[in-house]
Amino acid sequence: MIAGLAFYLFAAILIACATMVVTSRNPVHSVLYLILGFFNAAGLFLLAGAEFLAMILVIVYVGAVAVLFLFVVMMLDIDFAKMREGFQRYAPFGAVVGGILFLELLMVMGTWQFSGDAAELRLSPVPGGVSNTVALGRVLYTDYVFLFQIAGLILLVAMMGAIVLTLRERPGTRRQVIEDQLAREGKVEILSVPSGKGIRELGIYRPLPKPEPAPKQVSHGHGHGHDDHGHGGHH
Amino acid sequence: MQALQDFLATPVGHLVLTVAQALALLVPVLIAVAYMTWAERRIMAAMQLRKGPNVVGPFGMLQPFADALKMLMKETIVPTGASRYLFLAAPMLTFLLAMIAWSVIPVNDGWAIADINVGILYLFAVSSLGVYGVIIAGWASNSKYAFLGALRSAAQMVSYEVSMGFVIVCVLLCAGSLNLTEIVRAQTTVWYVIPLFPMAIIFFISTLAETNRAPFDLPEGESELVAGFFVEYSSMSFALFFLGEYANILLMCSLTTILFLGGWLPPMAIEPFTWVPGPLWFALKAGLLFFCFVWVRATFPRYRYDQLMRLGWKVFLPFSLVWLIITALTLKLMGWLPA
Repeated sequence: MIAGLAFYLFAAILIACATMVVTSRNPVHSVLYLILGFFNAAGLFLLAGAEFLAMILVIVYVGAVAVLFLFVVMMLDIDFAKMREGFQRYAPFGAVVGGILFLELLMVMGTWQFSGDAAELRLSPVPGGVSNTVALGRVLYTDYVFLFQIAGLILLVAMMGAIVLTLRERPGTRRQVIEDQLAREGKVEILSVPSGKGIRELGIYRPLPKPEPAPKQVSHGHGHGHDDHGHGGHH
Repeated sequence: MQALQDFLATPVGHLVLTVAQALALLVPVLIAVAYMTWAERRIMAAMQLRKGPNVVGPFGMLQPFADALKMLMKETIVPTGASRYLFLAAPMLTFLLAMIAWSVIPVNDGWAIADINVGILYLFAVSSLGVYGVIIAGWASNSKYAFLGALRSAAQMVSYEVSMGFVIVCVLLCAGSLNLTEIVRAQTTVWYVIPLFPMAIIFFISTLAETNRAPFDLPEGESELVAGFFVEYSSMSFALFFLGEYANILLMCSLTTILFLGGWLPPMAIEPFTWVPGPLWFALKAGLLFFCFVWVRATFPRYRYDQLMRLGWKVFLPFSLVWLIITALTLKLMGWLPA
């Protein structure tokens, strides 16, 4: 009974959060609602006995993706009035796209056929004697390892594409090349100074800079009130 | 006695038992946190030839409680223009996350409150959520210093999580389980700090970055950002940040202990070592790691921001990836993979 109650609680909060993501006025609040939504989805996974997926959802989506999302949204300079305007204009278009997606889903659901042993499989999604992490690993890395590798390769190519498209070599920037700094000679020296001997005696003390020429005195008619005026060059 | 056991079997009794277990773990943790702040000040003072807090109580040992009382007496200030609810929620979130992580830590064999299958993933998830307290605090304060601190922290914590993940995968490969108790039990023959020594070092440095400690304390760099993301906080809301941060440090020390230093296991299963009870070994190892945290803080200057990013992405990430491949290959070729 508690599991059933928890399911309805998580599901209700999830739907409420999803609604708030769309309707919230402040985009940062939207992202925060999205994160709350992710949490409730993780809760639903836990109820279904998929603890590995629940944790991965929190780590990947909440811990990394949403952080970067929040990072970007916080730095955006958003004109709210303009956003409302856009909402009016694009609402019909969005409704059409949503409607088509919904129709397609309906068509798929209409022709859906359950296999004969679906009910049995659903009762024991995990083969006996192993935790669901092990079961998932067997499917992913043993049975479908090539598909998994191909998915990884596609992601790698996409990542390289993103970097190539956005990397810009700016001339004139002075980069730090640590190898060059470590390899240079004659500029940095490590000396062991005996205690009690000042650096002055070892002859590595940098001499005092030459006294700067005193700046010309600018005469003011009422200059005597400022004692600290124009005395910077005195030693 | 029988009546008590009957009561504990009911749902209400179960709830009472869980709350009691949580208190039995969290109260020692909070006391440890109080004394960590004292120990840090004393150790750093000794390293810098000062005395440190030594007036309140014997050796200044009542100093943390005096500080806590002082915090309680101060006024909670919410700046004008701050997002009020988020501003107050951020320290609570930080503190809450630092506390809930402790539910899976096994201080002794079978002592974890929640001995779950994916304990290490749970810890990784909770520690990766820690960044939200910082970001929300920085944004809700409506202050430039706080916001800059939050942005730095977001980038930093996400970067170091990647290499931490690879280090954890290395340990998991050797242990063959995601359960923290099983990971410690797998170290009965040898602690993982010996075969995986470079990974242990990387993990330690990454935990420094993950907890925003010196030399990676850029989110709160005093010299340029005053106090970073919590510059606008005062009184209890500040105290919650402070407690949460130190509880997180202790948590990371415990995690390192579990992953690399054999948790509650004695160094060798022979006479004088086995007299010491397991939780004491655990506390000793975590304390040693905390001493290293303080030692590092007293020794190294703060990293520059681009150096920090370079270290995370260009040094630790490739290195841990290569070491992961080496570990996997060795385990496979030698036939040491756990079943």
